[in-house]
Amino acid sequence: MKAAVIVFPGSNCDRDLAVAFRAAGFDVDMVWHKDTELPQGVDVVGVPGGFSFGDYLRCGAIAARSPIVAALKAHVEAGGYGIGICNGFQVLLETGLLPGALMRNAGLKFICKPVELSVETTASDFTSGYSAGQTVTYPVAHHDGNYVATPEVVAALEAEDRVAFRYCEDLNGSVGRIAGILSENRRVLGLMPHPERAADPALGTADGAALFAALAKAGVAA
Amino acid sequence: MDEPAITEDLIAAHGFTPEEYAEVLRILNREPTFTELGIFSAMWNEHCSYKSSKKWLRTLPTDGPQVICGPGENAGVVDIGDGQAVVFKMESHNHPSYIEPYQGAATGVGGILRDVFTMGARPIAAMNALSFGEPSHPKTKRLVSGVVEGVGGYGNAFGVPTVGGEVRFHKAYNGNCLVNAFAAGLADADRIFYSAASGVGMPVVYLGAKTGRDGVGGATMASAEFDDTIEEKRPTVQVGDPFTEKRLLEACLELMATDAVISIQDMGAAGLTCSAVEMGDKGGLGIRLDLDRVPVRERAMTAYEMMLSESQERMLMVLRPEKEAEAKAVFDKWDLDFAIVGETIAEDRFLIIHGNETKADLPLSKLASTAPEYDRPWVETPAAAPLGEVGEVDPIEGLKSLIGSPNYARKHWVWEQYDAQVMADTVQAPGLGAGIVRVHGTDKMLAFTSDVTPRYVRANPVEGGKQAVAEAYRNLCAVGATPLATTDNLNFGNPEKPEIMGQFVGAIKGIGQAVAALDMPIVSGNVSLYNETDGQAILPTPTIGAVGLIPDASHLIAGVARDGDALILIGGEGTHLGQSALLAEHFGREEGDAPAVDLAAEKRNGAFVRASAGTIRAASDLSDGGLALAAFEMAEAAGQGLSLDVSGTAVLFGEDQARYLLAVAPDRVADLLDAAAASGVQASEVGRVGGESVTLDGKIAPLAELSRLYRTAFARAVG
Repeated sequence: MKAAVIVFPGSNCDRDLAVAFRAAGFDVDMVWHKDTELPQGVDVVGVPGGFSFGDYLRCGAIAARSPIVAALKAHVEAGGYGIGICNGFQVLLETGLLPGALMRNAGLKFICKPVELSVETTASDFTSGYSAGQTVTYPVAHHDGNYVATPEVVAALEAEDRVAFRYCEDLNGSVGRIAGILSENRRVLGLMPHPERAADPALGTADGAALFAALAKAGVAA
Repeated sequence: MDEPAITEDLIAAHGFTPEEYAEVLRILNREPTFTELGIFSAMWNEHCSYKSSKKWLRTLPTDGPQVICGPGENAGVVDIGDGQAVVFKMESHNHPSYIEPYQGAATGVGGILRDVFTMGARPIAAMNALSFGEPSHPKTKRLVSGVVEGVGGYGNAFGVPTVGGEVRFHKAYNGNCLVNAFAAGLADADRIFYSAASGVGMPVVYLGAKTGRDGVGGATMASAEFDDTIEEKRPTVQVGDPFTEKRLLEACLELMATDAVISIQDMGAAGLTCSAVEMGDKGGLGIRLDLDRVPVRERAMTAYEMMLSESQERMLMVLRPEKEAEAKAVFDKWDLDFAIVGETIAEDRFLIIHGNETKADLPLSKLASTAPEYDRPWVETPAAAPLGEVGEVDPIEGLKSLIGSPNYARKHWVWEQYDAQVMADTVQAPGLGAGIVRVHGTDKMLAFTSDVTPRYVRANPVEGGKQAVAEAYRNLCAVGATPLATTDNLNFGNPEKPEIMGQFVGAIKGIGQAVAALDMPIVSGNVSLYNETDGQAILPTPTIGAVGLIPDASHLIAGVARDGDALILIGGEGTHLGQSALLAEHFGREEGDAPAVDLAAEKRNGAFVRASAGTIRAASDLSDGGLALAAFEMAEAAGQGLSLDVSGTAVLFGEDQARYLLAVAPDRVADLLDAAAASGVQASEVGRVGGESVTLDGKIAPLAELSRLYRTAFARAVG
C-alpha cells in the first residue's frame, strides 16, 4: 500500500501523518504542493493538519487552489482513497471533494484536548476496524472545527450513512455534533480530530491506529 | 535624505546617560550621525547589552560535561547522547505584551523559536511562564485572554507542542505582566550552527520576511520603566506572522543540511543592527551593509528605520559564496525573501551604505565590547520578620481557598488553547508537573519544567533563587528525568534602585549555588529589568526553565494514581508556613521567611525518586500548597478521592522543600519504605487514594464538589 502526504507551506502534521501511515505498513511519499502529479501507484492521499498558507483568507482556501489539487481530484475521481485531517478536512471542503464548511468554534477559542467520538458507521474502509457505536478517543486541536452545511446536505449525510464520527458531547458547535464525514463513494474521509496523534500507545491512546490499519487492509484486499 | 541634528533631547530620547554619550564621542572622536546614534542606542540599551547584570551573570555555573554550548549564543546546547543535542532558551517579552498582549506574546514565542532553530535545531517543545496582576484589576482579563491567545496563535500555527508553563496572579504585576517564553529543539550534536562569521568577502545574506517600520526602538522601550504614557508606545510592538516563521524554519533547516551556511543569527531585538554586529564581533570581522538591497515592505524607509526595525521572521546569514544559487533555490521554494545585503570585511568597521551615502561608519568591535557595564550599587535584602501566629485552619476550608483561587485552580482554560500534541511525540501534556516529549524515532524522552515562587524571592532572594532551581529539579525527578541543564529568565524591577539590585544579586547567588549542587548548569537565559510602573516594581521573578532526560520508558514516572494506592510522603513532615500559598490565599498574609533549601537533601531525595520509578505509580513534588494540595491534585487527576491521616496546618500545608508525594500500589509500599530507609531518605505513609470524598485530618468533603471548584475557579476569575 502506498500513501502520499501533501505538504503545503504551513502544514505541520505532515510528518505525524506519514509516521502513522508507515506504522500501518504503508510506503509514504511526501508531495510538495507545487507538484502537479502524484507519485505512481498511490492508493491513498493524505491531506495533513496544520495552518496551510497561515489559514489566511479562510482555512484551506488557498491550499485548495494549489497545483497538486488537480491531481488529488483526479485520484479521487478514479476511485482512489483520500483522507483530510483537521486543516486537511478544511482543504477537502474548499476543493469541493466533501460538502459543507468549517466555521470558527462556537466558543471562539482554540481547543486542544482528547475528545470522545462515537464511530457512526463501520461501512467504510477507514472505519471498518471499529465496531458500530464504539467510542474512541482522539485529540482535537483546532480553532475552526464548527461543521456547518445546509439542512439538505446534513440530511443527505445522515440518510446515506456518511457521518463517520460524531463528538460524544458538543465540542465546537458542529451541526449534529459531526466530527467527520465520508464522500458519496465512501473513499474520502474528512475529520477534525487527529487519529494520527492517537496511533501510538506511548502517547496515551492508540485508538487511531485501527483507522490506518483498516485502510491498509482494504488496500491489500483490493 | 537629511537626518535630524543630534540634540540633547534626541540623545536622552535614545536612553543615553550623559556619561554614555560622552563615551560615544570618545570612541568616534566626532559627533555620531542620527543612524549611528540609533545603532549605539540599540547596542547599549539594557535589553541588548546586559550592562547592569553582566557582572553577576558571569558568576553563574555554566559548565559541565553535558554542555556543548553555554550562554552567549542564540540558545544553549546540551548533549543527550547518541549524537543528539537539545537546544533551549527562555526569553521574556514582558513590556510588549503589556502594551499589546496578543502581538507581544505571539512575537515572544516567535522570537524564542527563532533562537532555537537558528542553532540548527527543530523546535520540539514550548512552555510559557505568565505572571499577571490581580484578577480584579481592570486590565487583567484583557491581558490574560490576549496573551494566551497570542501564545497559542503563534505556537499552534508554527507547529510546536506547548507542553508546560505557569500562570500566576499577584497585585505586584498589575502594571507589568510577565511573558516568559521557552523553546527547546532537537539537533545533531555535530551540526550546531553558531553566529560567528568567518572569512573576508563572504556574502551577508538577508532571509525571511521583509523589513517594515514595526518595532523601531523596541529594545530601547523595553529598557525603561513604564508610566501613564505607555499606550503611546504601541507602535514599538512588532507584529508576528507564524506562517512566515514556519516557512523560515523549514527553509533554514533545509539549507543547513547542505554545507552552505558559515554562520547565522536571527534578527530579534534591534534587528539588523544587533544581528550584524554579533556576527562580525564574534568572528573578529567588519561588516558592510548596503541597505538599498534590503527587502522592504514600506516605501521611503530611512537607514535609521531599517537598522532599528524589529520586523519579525528575519535572519541574517553568512554564506559560502559558491553555494549562493543552491541557497537561493531553497528560499525560492518556500517563497521567502533572499537577498545579499553586504559582505564581511577585514577592517574593524560597521559600514552602512544607503542611497550611495555612508549612513554609519563605526568601529564594529567597539559597539559590542565597549558597551557600558555597571557595578550597580546594591543592598542586601533585610532578613524577613519572623512569621507571627497562624491560627489552625479547617483543612477542607484551607484546601478550598487554594483550589478556588486562579493561582492554584486547574488551568485547562489556558492550556487547552495551546496545541500540546502536534508532532505526535507528546508523552505528557500540560496539566500537572513537567511536560514530556519523546525524542522522535527513539525511546528517549525529554522533560521540561518552568518554576519560580516570587513570594519567596522577595522575602529572601538567596533562598528564593535556590528554591526556583530546586523546584525545577524536583519536577523533573518526579517524572523520572535526570536534570540536565537550566535556562534562567530573570525578571526584576529598576536596577538603578539598590534594593532591587540587591534582589537580583541575591537571587543570582541562590541560583548559582543550586545549579552547582544539583548539576544543572545555566546554558542560556535572558534578563528583563525595569519591570516597574509608576515606581512600583514587580515581585522579583527569576523564572527557571529546566530540561531533563528520560533514557527510556522504564525510567518514566507518568502514571495515574489508582483506587487503593498508598500515598507516601518523601522528605519529612511540613513545618514551614512562612510565605506559603495557604497564608496568602486563605489569610491574605504574605509574611515570614521563605522556606530554607537543603540542596543535599534535594539531591538525595530526587535521586531516590528517580531510582524508584519502577515502584511508583504517580509522583508529584511538594511546592505551593504543600502536602494537601499535591495530594488533592494527584487524586483529582485520577478521578479519585483521597484521605490524608495527618494533622496540623503546617503538616498539611507547610511548604518545606525537598519533598515529594508518591502514589504506590499497596503491595509495593514495604519495598519502597525499605529502599528509602536504605538510602537515608525520610519516607512515611500518610494516606491513600480512593473513594468519592476528600478527607483531610478527619474533615470530609465530596470530591465532586471540590473538583467542580477546582475546575471552574480559573475561568470564573479571569475567563
